[in-house]
Amino acid sequence: MFDRPLLRFVPRGTKINFMRGRFIGLATSAVLSIASLILFFHPGLTLGLDFRGGIVVEARTQGPADFNVIRTALAAQHVSAAGVQSFGGPDDVLIRLDTPPDSEPDHEARTQAMVDSVRHAIATLPGAQVLRADAVGASVSKELFRNGMLALGISLLMILAYIWFRFEWEFAVSAVVTLVLDLTKAIGFLVITHFEFDLVMVAAILTILGYSTNDKVVVYDRVRENLRKYRTMPLAELIDLSINETLSRTLGTSCTVFLAALPLALFGGASLSGFAWVMLFGIVVGTSSSIFIAAPLLLLMGEKRLRRDARPPARS
Amino acid sequence: MMYYSRLRMASVIGVCLIGLALCLPNFIRQPSPSLPWRQIHLGLDLRGGSYLLLQVDMASVTADRLRGLQDETRQTLLKAGLGYRNLATGAHAVTFTPRTPDETQPDLKVLRAMPMNAPGEFKVEQGEGGQIAITLAADAARQRAYDAVTQSIEIVRRRIDATGAIDPEITRQGEDRIIVELPGISDPERVKNLLGTTAKMTFHLVADSAIGSAVPPAGVEMLPMSEGQGTLPVFSHVDVDGADLTNASASIDQQSGEWAVNFTFDSTGAQEFGDVTRANIGKRFAIVLDNKVIEAPVIRSAITGGNGQITGGFSAQQATDIALLLRAGALPAPLNVIEQRSIGPSLGADSIRAGGYSLAAGFVLVIAFMALFYGRFGWYANIALLANLVLMSAILSLFEATLTLPGMAGMLLTLGMAVDANILINERIREEVARGRSALQAMQAGFERATATIVDSNATALLAHVMLFVFGTGPVRGFALTITIGIVTTLFTTLLLSRMLMVRWYARTRPSTLPV
Repeated sequence: MFDRPLLRFVPRGTKINFMRGRFIGLATSAVLSIASLILFFHPGLTLGLDFRGGIVVEARTQGPADFNVIRTALAAQHVSAAGVQSFGGPDDVLIRLDTPPDSEPDHEARTQAMVDSVRHAIATLPGAQVLRADAVGASVSKELFRNGMLALGISLLMILAYIWFRFEWEFAVSAVVTLVLDLTKAIGFLVITHFEFDLVMVAAILTILGYSTNDKVVVYDRVRENLRKYRTMPLAELIDLSINETLSRTLGTSCTVFLAALPLALFGGASLSGFAWVMLFGIVVGTSSSIFIAAPLLLLMGEKRLRRDARPPARS
Repeated sequence: MMYYSRLRMASVIGVCLIGLALCLPNFIRQPSPSLPWRQIHLGLDLRGGSYLLLQVDMASVTADRLRGLQDETRQTLLKAGLGYRNLATGAHAVTFTPRTPDETQPDLKVLRAMPMNAPGEFKVEQGEGGQIAITLAADAARQRAYDAVTQSIEIVRRRIDATGAIDPEITRQGEDRIIVELPGISDPERVKNLLGTTAKMTFHLVADSAIGSAVPPAGVEMLPMSEGQGTLPVFSHVDVDGADLTNASASIDQQSGEWAVNFTFDSTGAQEFGDVTRANIGKRFAIVLDNKVIEAPVIRSAITGGNGQITGGFSAQQATDIALLLRAGALPAPLNVIEQRSIGPSLGADSIRAGGYSLAAGFVLVIAFMALFYGRFGWYANIALLANLVLMSAILSLFEATLTLPGMAGMLLTLGMAVDANILINERIREEVARGRSALQAMQAGFERATATIVDSNATALLAHVMLFVFGTGPVRGFALTITIGIVTTLFTTLLLSRMLMVRWYARTRPSTLPV
């Protein structure tokens, strides 16, 4: 343990023929991504407060929460149409309210006044306390959503440009197509798990993108190196070789990042566990897509061009 | 490549030690106020508190300027001996119809010569049916909102300081917004009310002749009374402006036993107040706060001392707050709260605990993994990892950055990713060993090849997170910042520190085989 490694991830010199299964990989990915897109349109993402606007108040009551008492207290403060649901432990409740539509005058001021009413209602319950109270106006939520999407889009473009600059366009395009496929699957995951899609989730998805790109760059780096080294090897064989050579690194890194994020998913508390679960999902998807999607795409796109360019010089 | 000069070694170790020293302020108390003591701030989500996002009410900024413009238009036309009909203010323009079509050209000429607050502030045009419209430019309105925010920040700060809030942070966001962060205040209702009040106090003469008339005559406005129902007609002209106040305080009125607000004018205000009261004895004088009449007492004698008192049936809190608002000054335009987030202290403590435990558990798992799978070189990676954590905290302290819950997640993720660089190096060395290279050659080739890959992969991640920082807001920004810093420290700790440890070990022992 202190000198030589005790365990090894992948046996030395694996020769797995990944490219043989390339169509199965692509087809599986396509099916999953299309299914995710369908889920995205129906039933759709559970939008969090940041993007939907509205009011969310988390409260802790003394002893197990009695919803009827809470509803009565809210009604006494003229707060109606509130959703009261349990959350976390038995004495924690979540109260949700929609904001008045933007078409109404003073909707922002009324939204803010509603939070105070909910607070007053909770203050009437003995021993209850407000843990968190958030109110996001309609105009802000639209803006936050736009900025979030902008960040996602610009990151993708920057990644495309960077890989294009450092490698060649086949690498950049197959990487970005793979990233988009990863992204759709992450969205499908969010729809199925009902994790709320908010700013923190945008951060999670961007992290997945960053991580996934990192993984692809390592494999591509090896492909590029091997393209120079083995000038006559067919591209399919060369990509297989590159994946096999980097396999123990790919799996090793995925494992450490997975291990780092796992406790967060299990014990990180309500505000972080959703984020961490999405990360864990993204690590699995990102790692598998480097091997089964990004590499086959590179093969499809680069089969003619990459090899022709790298043909051995006439003199040799 | 395999040689590590003493100077280079000393600087790497030096950086780590400096990092350690920079981390210290987070753990011990400042021994002397003269020492610079920068530390990481805990975000509101970790220590509890409130976040408010305020926006300048654009509609009111524009309406204010248009009201002034209508006044200027009337006076400019009268001074030039020109007439007008149907002078009115719309949402974006002041419009009127010239008395006769012949006057159109002279009208346009004098109006275009009106002084502007900014170049191109308004346009004077002839519209359909001979109507003349004076339209405010959108840019000028935005500039006014920007200026309003600049002026408001100071007033907001004074108002919040007066509530006794500890360490409030007030920052501008964009053109027309202000962020207010209040650590430790988990119910921002009072602050919200204070900030939601413009506190513009003006004194107007009451238009007694217009009482009871349905439509007020020109130059008279119907203002609501603050107590009870009903409205009172007052002259639009501001006789004395509350901006000339120097002080205000709440006290109990000796005679009535009611709460009252006392105020003192500066010399200009006292002069004006004296002149107006002297000339209008026996008339009613309305004290108007935010377009509501607080009270309208009859002037019994000239008030020359520059002191006044308002008694409007206030409660103690109301009187104190009004005095506070008057002292802090009026906001140039109303501010609306458009986003509010508050976290109670108990939830913050829960989050720190959960986040801290997860961080520690993740760290232990990663260390165990590296030790099991990479042996000696894995431990070197672990030392680098620890140094990475120290350096990250050091840079965050140096920036006095705010650590949020997503920021903690970012730190954990960095630790996972930092290991990647070491894994890349170790795997490369293994490959070279498998190819039958000598220990020295394998290490050399391994470092060299892995470095290119490490730089490539980290550069892409860096790009993605810099973008996230630029376009992100709030918690996302904190997350992006920690990861961006993490990438930089990772490059340092793996490319310099863990490599140094490996190279020094090699130089010391000269092994024939590597422990990979």
